[in-house]
Amino acid sequence: MKKAIHIILVLGLLALVSCREEEFIFIPEEVEVSLPEFTSVQGLYLLNEGNMGSNKATLDYYNFNTGRYSRNIFAFANPSVPKEMGDVGNDLGIYGSKLYAVINCSNKIDVMDKMTVKKIGQIDIPNCRYIKFYGGYAYVTSYAGPVEIREDYKQLGYVAKIDTASLQVVATCVVGYQPDELDIVNGKIYVANSGGYMVPNYENTISVIDMATFKEERRIPIAINLHRCRADARGVLWISSRGDYYDTSSRLYAYDTRHQRLIKEFDCSVSNMWLDGDSLYVIGVQFSYVTMKNEVSFAIINTATLEQVSDRFITDGTDADIAIPYGVAVHPITKDILVTDAKDYVSPGRLLCYSNDGVLKWDVRTGDIPAHIAFLGNNENEH
Amino acid sequence: MKTRLTWLVVLLCIVVVCCEAQDNEVVGTSRLDSMQYLRNVTVYGIRPYSEVVPAQRLTGKQLEGLNSHSVADAIRYFSGVQIKDYGGVGGIKTVDMRSMGSNHMGVFYDGIQLGNAQNGQIDLGKFSLDNIEEISLYNGQKSDIFQPARDFGSAGSIYLRTRRPKFAQGERDHLNVTFRTGSFGLANPSMRWEHKFSRHVSMALNAEYTYATGKYHFRYRKLFSDGVVAWDTTAVRNNGDIGSFRAEGALFGVMTDGRWNAKIYYYDSEKGIPGAIVNNVWKTAQRQWDKNFFTQGMFRKKLAERYELLASAKYARDYMRYWNPDTTLMYIDNKFWQDEVYVSLANKYTLARDWDVDVSVDYKWNYLNSTLVNFAKPTRHTALAAIATAYSWRRFKGQASVLYTHVNDRYTSQSGETVVKRHDKHLNKFTPAVFISYQPWLEHDLNFRAFYKRIFRMPTFNDLYYTDMGNASLRPEYATQWNVGAMYQHYNDESWFNALHLSADAYYNIVDDKIIAVPKGTGQYRWMMMNIGKVKIRGIDLTARLAFRLPQSVLIEGGLTYTYQRAQDYTHPEDCLDGGTYKGQIAYIPWHSGSATLHGAWRDLNVNYSFIYVGERYHNSANILANHEQPWYTHDLSASYEFKWRRVACKVTAEVNNLFNQQYDVIQNYPMPGRNYKLILKFDI
Repeated sequence: MKKAIHIILVLGLLALVSCREEEFIFIPEEVEVSLPEFTSVQGLYLLNEGNMGSNKATLDYYNFNTGRYSRNIFAFANPSVPKEMGDVGNDLGIYGSKLYAVINCSNKIDVMDKMTVKKIGQIDIPNCRYIKFYGGYAYVTSYAGPVEIREDYKQLGYVAKIDTASLQVVATCVVGYQPDELDIVNGKIYVANSGGYMVPNYENTISVIDMATFKEERRIPIAINLHRCRADARGVLWISSRGDYYDTSSRLYAYDTRHQRLIKEFDCSVSNMWLDGDSLYVIGVQFSYVTMKNEVSFAIINTATLEQVSDRFITDGTDADIAIPYGVAVHPITKDILVTDAKDYVSPGRLLCYSNDGVLKWDVRTGDIPAHIAFLGNNENEH
Repeated sequence: MKTRLTWLVVLLCIVVVCCEAQDNEVVGTSRLDSMQYLRNVTVYGIRPYSEVVPAQRLTGKQLEGLNSHSVADAIRYFSGVQIKDYGGVGGIKTVDMRSMGSNHMGVFYDGIQLGNAQNGQIDLGKFSLDNIEEISLYNGQKSDIFQPARDFGSAGSIYLRTRRPKFAQGERDHLNVTFRTGSFGLANPSMRWEHKFSRHVSMALNAEYTYATGKYHFRYRKLFSDGVVAWDTTAVRNNGDIGSFRAEGALFGVMTDGRWNAKIYYYDSEKGIPGAIVNNVWKTAQRQWDKNFFTQGMFRKKLAERYELLASAKYARDYMRYWNPDTTLMYIDNKFWQDEVYVSLANKYTLARDWDVDVSVDYKWNYLNSTLVNFAKPTRHTALAAIATAYSWRRFKGQASVLYTHVNDRYTSQSGETVVKRHDKHLNKFTPAVFISYQPWLEHDLNFRAFYKRIFRMPTFNDLYYTDMGNASLRPEYATQWNVGAMYQHYNDESWFNALHLSADAYYNIVDDKIIAVPKGTGQYRWMMMNIGKVKIRGIDLTARLAFRLPQSVLIEGGLTYTYQRAQDYTHPEDCLDGGTYKGQIAYIPWHSGSATLHGAWRDLNVNYSFIYVGERYHNSANILANHEQPWYTHDLSASYEFKWRRVACKVTAEVNNLFNQQYDVIQNYPMPGRNYKLILKFDI
């Protein structure tokens, strides 16, 4: 009897523990988050960066027509790709019929069909950062330019020109140290050089590349550690500086490319921004050494008047629940504002949708570090 | 399935035997004293105890029998312990006890703690078993009051004891030469020379060289839900090479009512750092160099009828260089130098026959320098004082201690080479511990035990002063432990059923003010260390060990451990929505884990089987499918044969590890080796 009890106990214990199973392709998780909405914008793609080394760059899709959110769709659409999407998704863009995902630490750009997300090709660019499109070409910044033969291996960055038909790099142009975002105005590419690897000797310039010759024309000093670079319809570049995280704080600069001068400077921290018509939505996080806390900000700047028109575009008080605002986008038709929260960078983030008057409409769990948004159907790059 | 069956069989055998044992209880004293015990060499690993709560221990042949290269590999066989293993011969391996975090562990080498003021982590993969005789693991602290104050200062401790020279009558010298080779391009010669100067003084010299290419095949694959292969990739693990050299010298002395030892240790290694395997990246180029030197000594003597003294001292210097030559990434070449000076005096006074009091006083000095820009160059003075008392009354044993810690950190704010400001911080803390045990029946060696301990760990120099990410205003991180348990042991030299040892413990730990990295401001790789974490851990540790002596001089020994842990993250109460981290199981802590070992000996032949199981886990407190990590388990087998060749005692051992070639990760994207082999040749002269 006693033995029987023991045997039962042991069997019970064994039932608790489980065996290793085969790993299966991740089936996308689909959740209903909102009511269907019918505009020319069918959906949005959200690229989750995933923390470095985690190989957790994932792609989510929100379908406006069904109100359903699908998490982690890449692996299911591309089941034969080993190790899925890769490590640290750094930028996302739609051009023509293709969706481009820049995967920084996997040193490549995944090129997918924009409707099915099936992978069409891959462009290998080491330490690639941001992407922009123009006239049948994609332009990608990379930190990994030629190495100067010096003791500390300093390396300039470059911009790669990619033929979007053949998916081949057709030319490269060396720019400053650790170039980040780029934008195109009037036949010129403007590249924000950060110098992020050169601490404390940050870069402080933007590089100007002539598109015809694909050569760096000149450098324009703006501020240290530049990051974002977006051009508005008037040819004004909105450039953000990360600052040095100590005495020099993050700032936003407006540079008029026509008159070639800085026209305004804003004292606001910039993590990310989105340009919608004349409104520049700016989200920021600044660490305060006084309160030992992150202070978040959500501002709108009118690019026509060069004035900050709002310092808090979330009006219902839910901004307090956002730990690290990381990505921002504005729906081209409804003007709803989408904000992502990266939380602690290692656990799942959230995507929050606000009406244009700043009231939360819905929110949904995303992958790790939700960051980059591209709308499907109304494509900024197709104008 | 096969593995489940194997385990089932092992478990069943043990359970059946346990029942038998309880039925034929032999009344008599089971309290052997340690001398008697040592003579009885056939049974090992089970010893009588003087501590209130005895350690989990691995010694001698038992330790040899486990197919382990490093101390970390061996520690996996203890209950309540999780190892973070990045794979390979040179991969970092750190120990986490009862989920409190590896910074709460104290690791002691021949009685003196190994320090790492820089990051608090002791890489146990670096310590080879070549010269280790015994590993003991204590939850709370070693509940033996006569010890340095520092020994009271960790939430859990691992004691590594190096081999002591032993000489038979008339012997003066021993020479041992060992050569290990096998998978991963391993070449590992070692040499040990023991010499007896006199009846009172002996010496041991030990040197070891390890080289391994660290290359092994690993495989990742995923299937469709219908079982069709979606992708299947096999690759070679690169940049896992290591070349290391270790030399140790020690002097051992005995005197009337006392003993002393002195030792010197040097370790030098260069290794590749095999990074995470992610899409499109199959190799890395980062490298690390380590140089560790220390010299230490201990003196212990009963100076008077009631007074005993233990004095110890240590000096250590460590060098570490991390280099990233990959030109597509940020160029990094960081060097770190650490110094430590440590002195301790422990005094035990016997007030009455069953009542001891100990007063221990320690002083420690740490310094860290680095090539980092604007580095704070911190110095830490630590003064520790412990008062402890142990009392036994009949079959009751109790022990209480209070540790006083004073920490003084001095560091500078630098701007280039100029000192902008000097800082001076002080911290005073008192932390208690109480241990009790009770043996209800004299004739049964059944003990009930309980302990409570509250202790903290200081923020490390990296936590506080690492350029950019350090936070000089950090407070200590606390661990509070409650534990109740029981232990039963039974020995019978006459019976075929030789020994039985069972223990069970249940515990509840709280880690608060836990120091974790939180995102800071803009930019993904910017973090700040903060005292915001909180973890509650509820767990059960079970161990069983038994030995039989069968006819034909066959000896069979078995051991079993099982750990259940619920380690929940209470850091972010607001993060309780779907996929939230609140109350989630913390990263890499399985609910179920355990091990089984089986050892058989027949004349000069020894066979060992060991099994390790780590259940399903999540790599983040958000316990969602995307964060799920599969269970893993490995079966290891080894056989050894001893023979005499002229006057040389030889031993040949062959090992197969991960017999069923399981492809697994302990840490996400760090593939572990599949089936691998080792051959060991040992010659004793």
